[in-house]
Amino acid sequence: MAELRLNSIEKTYGNGFKAVHGINLHVKEGEFMVLVGPSGCAKSTTLRMIAGLETITGGEIQIGDNVVNDLVPGKRGIAMVFQNYALYPHMKVRNNLSFGLRLKRKPAEEIAAATKTVSGILEIEALLDRLPKQLSGGQAQRVALGRALIKQPEVFLFDEPLSNLDAKLRASMRVRITDLHKRLRAEGLPATVVYVTHDQVEAMTMGDRICVMKDGHIMQVADPVTLYERPANAFVAGFIGMPEMNLFPAVLSRAEGVPSLTTDGQTIQVAEGLADRVTAVDGPVTLGVRPQHLSVVAPDTPDALTGTISNLEFMGHEVNLHARVGHALLVAVIPSERFDRTLARGDRVGLLPLGPRIHLFNAESGENISLAANQKT
Amino acid sequence: MSLLPDIPATAAPPTQLQLKLRRQARISATLRYSLLIVVGLIMIYPLIWLVGASFKTNAEMFTSAWFWPKDATIQGYIDGWKTSTPYTFGHFFINSLQIVIPKVIGTAISCTLVAYGFARFEFPGKKILFAILIATLLLPDVVTRIPQYLLFRELGWLDTYLPLFAPAWLAGDAFFVFMVIQFLRAIPREMEEAARVDGANTLQTLIFIVVPMLTPALVSVCLFQFMWTMNDFLGPLIYISTVEKYPISLALKLSIDATEAFNWNSILAMTVLALTPSLIVFFLAQKSFIQGISSGGVKG
Repeated sequence: MAELRLNSIEKTYGNGFKAVHGINLHVKEGEFMVLVGPSGCAKSTTLRMIAGLETITGGEIQIGDNVVNDLVPGKRGIAMVFQNYALYPHMKVRNNLSFGLRLKRKPAEEIAAATKTVSGILEIEALLDRLPKQLSGGQAQRVALGRALIKQPEVFLFDEPLSNLDAKLRASMRVRITDLHKRLRAEGLPATVVYVTHDQVEAMTMGDRICVMKDGHIMQVADPVTLYERPANAFVAGFIGMPEMNLFPAVLSRAEGVPSLTTDGQTIQVAEGLADRVTAVDGPVTLGVRPQHLSVVAPDTPDALTGTISNLEFMGHEVNLHARVGHALLVAVIPSERFDRTLARGDRVGLLPLGPRIHLFNAESGENISLAANQKT
Repeated sequence: MSLLPDIPATAAPPTQLQLKLRRQARISATLRYSLLIVVGLIMIYPLIWLVGASFKTNAEMFTSAWFWPKDATIQGYIDGWKTSTPYTFGHFFINSLQIVIPKVIGTAISCTLVAYGFARFEFPGKKILFAILIATLLLPDVVTRIPQYLLFRELGWLDTYLPLFAPAWLAGDAFFVFMVIQFLRAIPREMEEAARVDGANTLQTLIFIVVPMLTPALVSVCLFQFMWTMNDFLGPLIYISTVEKYPISLALKLSIDATEAFNWNSILAMTVLALTPSLIVFFLAQKSFIQGISSGGVKG
């Protein structure tokens, strides 16, 4: 296992389109790094550049101590799991697993032993003599995983490996992969993993660290908790979390030194925990509140935003309350047991933000301007 | 057998409507199948007649259009096999195979290589080269006959089999290249990428991964090439001048030229024999062949 370093990696296509803008990323040895972002954010391109399936037009990729820019995929010490499994359709599972080793002309006993070990770990012994078309989606994905595992690569690359599976299977495969990663680490064989997904649940549950990308730029690299609690910018704040964080324009002003926020004529005091951290000068900002950090209060309560309920979604354990406050449409998530069942569409309602958990972003750059004082992580 | 779809079997007797519908379905099926059988028979009758007539005597040959021989004889086969030349018909069979086998192998290999190049790699001039390839597909055969003849004469290849199969080794049949390209385009690239990650180089990827997946297309290519070459008359006629080297197609013509009163039954008998290899090969490869032409054309 080895660390992986991307130094100012760039990708410009033949038609002049620049997909990746000089990104820097350091994946530590044995780390599970998730690349996440919306479609077209170049996360897959980045992964394919690491694999050697796409050429690199600028920068340097380092695996361990080697710069691998000019190495063919087979010589980079990587293994890759593809979204559609990419099993060789004419080979039995056994031969699919051992194809790489056979190309390297490893002795037959070694291949047999490796096949046995890997198929044992992934519980696919019973499938060894089947053809890929005789496998279910989950089985095929396990074989694809086995084909990566058997090579004992320096770095594992996953390209949205679970997105072809149904929700239930996806959840179990997610656990299986993280378990495997932990198990290898416990056995002293830590696996360096780069895992691409567009699914933030996968990203949050699997990654040691997460790299959020947008339009070929890295937005933030951090562990899941930091990413959720201290998003570096409005994009990360909006991308991570379900439902999305409420982001709406407001004006920051200070009356007698006490900062307050005005949005659509309603003013709320900036709570103490937050006031210390706000570094920005007065002016327009983007206000960010997670739906989970809004509680329902009576209309016109001080420091609450008053609006009209536009929709109620009963989810079982919680209720998603959509309310129109001025021009903004806010979502609040209320635990079912605390939800007042008499509320209905069209009712006026107050939404009280949990003061210290509010985020303020620069209205233009989107940069988080409410982190400054408290940068422990 | 009722042709109505999935009527649940119930204990209750069928209603008047059901009975009527079933009767209509039966009548419609009978009509359709009768028509198909009649048209099918009309189309295949010449072939049936050919086989039947090859067992007739020369005297009976044109007395009736009915295919069944009155006095069946295999004299036609015995005479035909001897031929009017110093060689038996078997000799001409072997000649044909000497052209067909290298040509089929060459086509399969060269078409795969060229199609793989066009379908999977970016290289300067690719678009122009591909356009030229398609242009040759549209070029009438006769246009190239004379320049080709002059070329092969300069090379000293006249009266050898080389002019007949050498172009196939250089992917000379644009149609086959195009067919394989279309088939390749329908195959996702991930398998090849996985092979590259597994450490295979370009040639290994081609041989171990791409060729097995291309099998249906390659079977179709080989089959077409086999049948077309086996039946090719013009090519050997232009380039082969020694009777000893004649393939079947020319040998059949020979038996018509050689005698004044044609021995029709031996000609027909040898025609039947000449057809057999293509038929056998076709039926052996039928499954892959149909898969190959349908998926090659339709998927995209």
